[in-house]
Amino acid sequence: MSDKIEVILGATSGLAQATARELAATGATLVLVARDSVKLAQVGSDLEARGATVRAHASDLADIKGHEALMQKIGDADHWWVFYGTLPDQSACQENWAIAAEALNVNFVSAASLLTRIGNQLEAKGRGSVSVVSSVAGDRGRQSNYVYGAAKGALSLFCQGLRNRLSKANVHVMTVKPGFIDTPMTADIPKKPAVLWVPPEKVASDMVRARSKGRDVIYTPWFWRYILLIICSVPERIFKKLSL
Amino acid sequence: MSDYRSWGFTPPVTQRAEVPAWREAALAGPHAATGTRLAYGRGRSYGDSCLNSGGVLIDTRGLDRFIAFDRENGLLTAEPGVTLAQILSVIVPQGWFLPVSPGTSFATLGGAIANDVHGKNHHVDGTFGRFIKRFVLHRSTGEVFECTPEVHPELFAATIGGLGLTGMITEATIALLPIKGAGMDVSIETFHGLEAFSALTAKYRDTHRYTVAWLDCASGGRNFARGVYLAANHEEQGSLDVPPVKSKLTFPFALPSWTLNRHSVRAFNQVYFQRHQMLNGQIRPQHYQGFFYPLDAIDRWNRIYGSKGFHQYQFVVPPGAEAVMEAVLRRIVQSGMGSFLAVLKEFGDVPSPGLMSFPRPGLCLALDFANRGARTESLIHELDAMVMEANGAAYPAKDRLMSAAAFQQYFPALNAFSEQVDPGFASDFWRRVSE
Repeated sequence: MSDKIEVILGATSGLAQATARELAATGATLVLVARDSVKLAQVGSDLEARGATVRAHASDLADIKGHEALMQKIGDADHWWVFYGTLPDQSACQENWAIAAEALNVNFVSAASLLTRIGNQLEAKGRGSVSVVSSVAGDRGRQSNYVYGAAKGALSLFCQGLRNRLSKANVHVMTVKPGFIDTPMTADIPKKPAVLWVPPEKVASDMVRARSKGRDVIYTPWFWRYILLIICSVPERIFKKLSL
Repeated sequence: MSDYRSWGFTPPVTQRAEVPAWREAALAGPHAATGTRLAYGRGRSYGDSCLNSGGVLIDTRGLDRFIAFDRENGLLTAEPGVTLAQILSVIVPQGWFLPVSPGTSFATLGGAIANDVHGKNHHVDGTFGRFIKRFVLHRSTGEVFECTPEVHPELFAATIGGLGLTGMITEATIALLPIKGAGMDVSIETFHGLEAFSALTAKYRDTHRYTVAWLDCASGGRNFARGVYLAANHEEQGSLDVPPVKSKLTFPFALPSWTLNRHSVRAFNQVYFQRHQMLNGQIRPQHYQGFFYPLDAIDRWNRIYGSKGFHQYQFVVPPGAEAVMEAVLRRIVQSGMGSFLAVLKEFGDVPSPGLMSFPRPGLCLALDFANRGARTESLIHELDAMVMEANGAAYPAKDRLMSAAAFQQYFPALNAFSEQVDPGFASDFWRRVSE
């Protein structure tokens, strides 16, 4: 049982719902934030039935101008999760800068704005955690998804710096790098090779366990760490000729 | 993922799948106009009632949310993809239980309604459909119906046991059973012969909510129709703990198909019977998980039948036709093709609200046959003929072989049901029995 308050930013994502269910089983108080109030209510009712106490705020997390007000509404909380994001189409990003800019804003800039405020709040309290869902795509720029990769790469770097600063204040920052997860976000992507695709429940339980152990950077499932080790070790003059 | 199967490993079929994430958009997927649709839960039906070759399956795994839980009055509203196991994990700690439990807790709420499932308490409580207070049904025309026994009663009656053919359920409300503990008090008696079974049924009928018998379908001679009779009630009080849902054992691969044969089955039955002989006459406490869902502990147990899979056959014969049951059993024993344990149960006369409900008063037997191709099929057709002649019925949730003629005889409300079928929905089962 816990009287922890967990803030779920992007609560209607597939991964967020799976994680919130894990947290609900511990009887936590969950503060849910997402754009769509109808979906938010549906997620909230489910979590309440599963044992959580739920508060919800409908808000567009990509709208940086609204962040101050949102933080006021959420108020004091010890544990934060950043789930929200989009998976943009790379060719659309190349042809149309507005689409790329939007992807960078949603996935990185707006998250950095929130992390700044969260970081300041937790640093002042001297305790707490923030767990951020980044991606293995942020480990190396590849032709097939470098706009998304750049956003996630920047996010990982930002979290790394934040971790460095906040460790002095006893605040834990965890970067989560999932590989392929079978959720609505990836519905249009063929699930091949099948062995690399996992359900969100698997990633959720990895994340909750890792956070309780105070891990800094996790790859989930575990084997992605080694896949990325190999990918990152390929020299640039060779990698640039590949079509990954 | 387009590899959607049924539990009996029927041959893989080609169908497209959609996985809606939100119940309002259940029928709004990309394949909307391209073929007939069918909702798919966890594929625990044995035959082809959950498959739609050439069409679209609407996978409900993303529609697994609870909507409301009235802890005072025991009313639960949930999306169709929630499994019975997930429901139990939420309701048992609050002192509630499922009013009817089928053999697996991995079936979904939607599937339980579509098959109007029954359990060991049929003689007292009837079927699952009796406890459905309301549901919301989406049809291919875009219309949405909130159905109760009084509102849209024809659609309500057609959907219960309607095998998903009237449209897609996006939420349902079920009335729960109050309990004081998660355990069961189970009485065990071994018996020989169907008359002994009838005597035990009469003995326990009025005092025990749950009764069932495991029957040896492989042995003849003096061991013919021996079995183990179980009668149980919820305990008067006890802990309301729920064990973790994940199974600890799994069958990692399909066994070679010769593993299950007449000799290995007989050997298993001998051990099983003798073990229960030692418990004869005792009353044992048992957690509900082991009493209601023994096979759920072994993930993918259907793999013991090998890659060719198996046929399940379940049928009921009306009261007074016990001789037919005996004849069917003798034929099964003679064939040597029956599997380990058959389940024998007396159905009561509590009527179901569903037009196409399978359970009806009489004696019901369910068993598996390893799939040995044509030999198994012709045996099942033979048994179907015997059941038809006795005015009995077979269970679509288990079936892969029922003929159109048999189906029409088994379900006299077929015409009324057909009027409620949504032309945008279909299944392999429906195509087969309505040709």
